[in-house]
Amino acid sequence: MNKNMKILIVDDFSTMRRIVKNLLRDLGFTNTAEADDGSTALPMLQQGDFDFLVTDWNMPGMTGIDLLRKVRADERLRHLPVLMVTAEAKREQIVAAAQAGVNGYVVKPFTAAVLKEKIEKIFERVEG
Amino acid sequence: MPHMKQDYDLPDTSEAMKDLAREMVSRIENGQLGHAVALVDRMNDVREQTLYQEIGRLTRALHEAIKNLNIESVGAGSEIHSATDKLAYVIEMTDKSANRTMDLVDASMPLASVINERAAELQMRWQRFLNKELRPDEFRVLTRDIGEFLGQSADQSRQLQNQLSEIVLAQDFQDLTGQVIQRVGKLVRDVESRLVNLVVMAGTIDSITGVSHRGFSELDSESDLAEEIDAIAAEGPQINPDCEGVVASQDDVDDLLSSLGF
Repeated sequence: MNKNMKILIVDDFSTMRRIVKNLLRDLGFTNTAEADDGSTALPMLQQGDFDFLVTDWNMPGMTGIDLLRKVRADERLRHLPVLMVTAEAKREQIVAAAQAGVNGYVVKPFTAAVLKEKIEKIFERVEG
Repeated sequence: MPHMKQDYDLPDTSEAMKDLAREMVSRIENGQLGHAVALVDRMNDVREQTLYQEIGRLTRALHEAIKNLNIESVGAGSEIHSATDKLAYVIEMTDKSANRTMDLVDASMPLASVINERAAELQMRWQRFLNKELRPDEFRVLTRDIGEFLGQSADQSRQLQNQLSEIVLAQDFQDLTGQVIQRVGKLVRDVESRLVNLVVMAGTIDSITGVSHRGFSELDSESDLAEEIDAIAAEGPQINPDCEGVVASQDDVDDLLSSLGF
């Protein structure tokens, strides 16, 4: 796994962005950027060469699930690995995220170990 | 809900209507059709009078409810507005506390790693000393380094201690925000009970005018329908993990995803 990969963290709460950013830093990923909802994230993804997207679901403006769908519908972004980190915990929602093409799903509150495990699993699959 | 019960039952109106209806039946049976028809007018009078009374009562109750909620002046000064402010304060407090805590952790981490790295390095040399592998000049350096390390770690652990107690202090928001949320919760319950009162009153008017429209049960099924249409709309944290269709843990999420071939 390339520790230098560029990661976009999308969450409307700056505290949660900071937590995810710190956890990623502890895992050795320091090349991160932040956005506070889907509509700010999408142009960043389209313009920047991001390798990985970590997004919340429930955000004003564009939600995480809509961002995921937009990413999958975009010719250049469709293969971008996406990890959803969210408080949304209904089975239907998880199934919908899976159908929309999410690569991993972490429910809040979560631990550093869970985040690490999911990220590793995603990149095992992507690279393997 | 004081004084609501009698409004809802309308015993006077029912009694008056019953008397008039009985009299009407007996008039018809006695062949006094003219009298009977006149009684229909009187029934109408009773109905209208009650209707005016009830509308008056509803208006007063509505006015009272608005007055008690202080929402007459929409915007600043109203209770709803101040509840919104209070909740904004909760967000601000929790945000501040989370950031303060993370700042302190960020400041503590390097201290802990310095102590850790330095101790590990000294331990290695100490082991070599115990194994009698250290030359006298190396030993002299070691004792000097150990002395330095002890001094430094006393300082650094004191700093860590201070930062840890500051982290504890940064949790004081729980008390303050808890109180604010309790107040807002009380306001929401107040608003709900007032609305229920108004709905009950409006129901009385419905029964007098004979108007029937969608009741609660239909409204419920309609919101169910709306829910079905957008079953995956964001809901935020689930308060009750025992709720049907909600995963209880990350393990459940993983099981669900693996059942989908993930």
